[in-house]
Amino acid sequence: MGLLDQKLGQGGIIITKFEDLINWARLSSMWPMAFGTACCAIEFMSTQGTPYDLDRLGIVPRASPRQSDVMIVAGTVTFKMADRVRRLYEQMAEPRYVISMGSCSNCGGPYWEHGYHVVKGVDRIIPVDVYVPGCPPRPEALIGGLIKLQEKIKEETIVAPKAVERLLAQKES
Amino acid sequence: MTFEEIISKLKGQFGESIITSVDEMASPKAIMIDSGNLLKVMKYLHSSEGLYFDSLSCITGLDNGAESNSMEVIYNLYSIPYNHHLMVKVIVNRENPSIDSLESVWKTADWQEREVYDLLGILFNNHPDLRRILLPADWEGHPLRKDYEHQEYYRGIKVAE
Repeated sequence: MGLLDQKLGQGGIIITKFEDLINWARLSSMWPMAFGTACCAIEFMSTQGTPYDLDRLGIVPRASPRQSDVMIVAGTVTFKMADRVRRLYEQMAEPRYVISMGSCSNCGGPYWEHGYHVVKGVDRIIPVDVYVPGCPPRPEALIGGLIKLQEKIKEETIVAPKAVERLLAQKES
Repeated sequence: MTFEEIISKLKGQFGESIITSVDEMASPKAIMIDSGNLLKVMKYLHSSEGLYFDSLSCITGLDNGAESNSMEVIYNLYSIPYNHHLMVKVIVNRENPSIDSLESVWKTADWQEREVYDLLGILFNNHPDLRRILLPADWEGHPLRKDYEHQEYYRGIKVAE
């Protein structure tokens, strides 16, 4: 993908695969939803700030799920919040990705054993693409997670969609 | 007004038996009263000359467990103009916990009593809007009770591991 970036500046003709172009466009403009449920949201905010500057990766937070590509679940998800998280996810247009940020949304975190009110992992409600460990994760860790997601998008292909394979596997089992 | 002066003022108004016990070690110092007398005592504390507890800072619910078979509701009062504090404790029955609402005296009691109801299941008589405030409306049980056990599933999501 880096090659494509370099060629763009030269004003010439670029020959590439269509799916590489789509993947490049998608991973260069992963717009996350500006949405946080607990203290991880503070780290998420500082990642957007000047010292870490998420903007350089093309990541600009959006205020509406309809305009978002990525949902960063930043913080504790309670059962009361679970319905809202699921609804926001459903409102996002496909392709959509989910990053689970921090221990709480990964697995329940400190509420693992005695927190009756906390969903023990946001993956019980919505599918998660990348898990970022930490309590809360430092901005570097979140950026690491976002780059991991970029790598994942880079591998996507429209020729052989994985979703059909998964559905077929489900049907067989 | 000191704690002793508050007690003597209450006893002068309602008689010697109004205060069942006193806890000087509590902070602020506490009096215990019967749940039947709660509303009239609180109205008096709220509006009488020299006392004027115009702020209900906090309501706490407490479950003493099955052995002692009682629950408590604890009120923290503060008077902004006189700068004095008082704690009032009331014991309620654990089987059928209910107590008069103080919403008619302090508006702030509305949400504070809803919290106590939500977490401990204590019913407040004549409360204008007694429903859960923290947990979802269709949650089962009251989590701060000593014998609480959470439900297996909530709307299809497994609650514990």
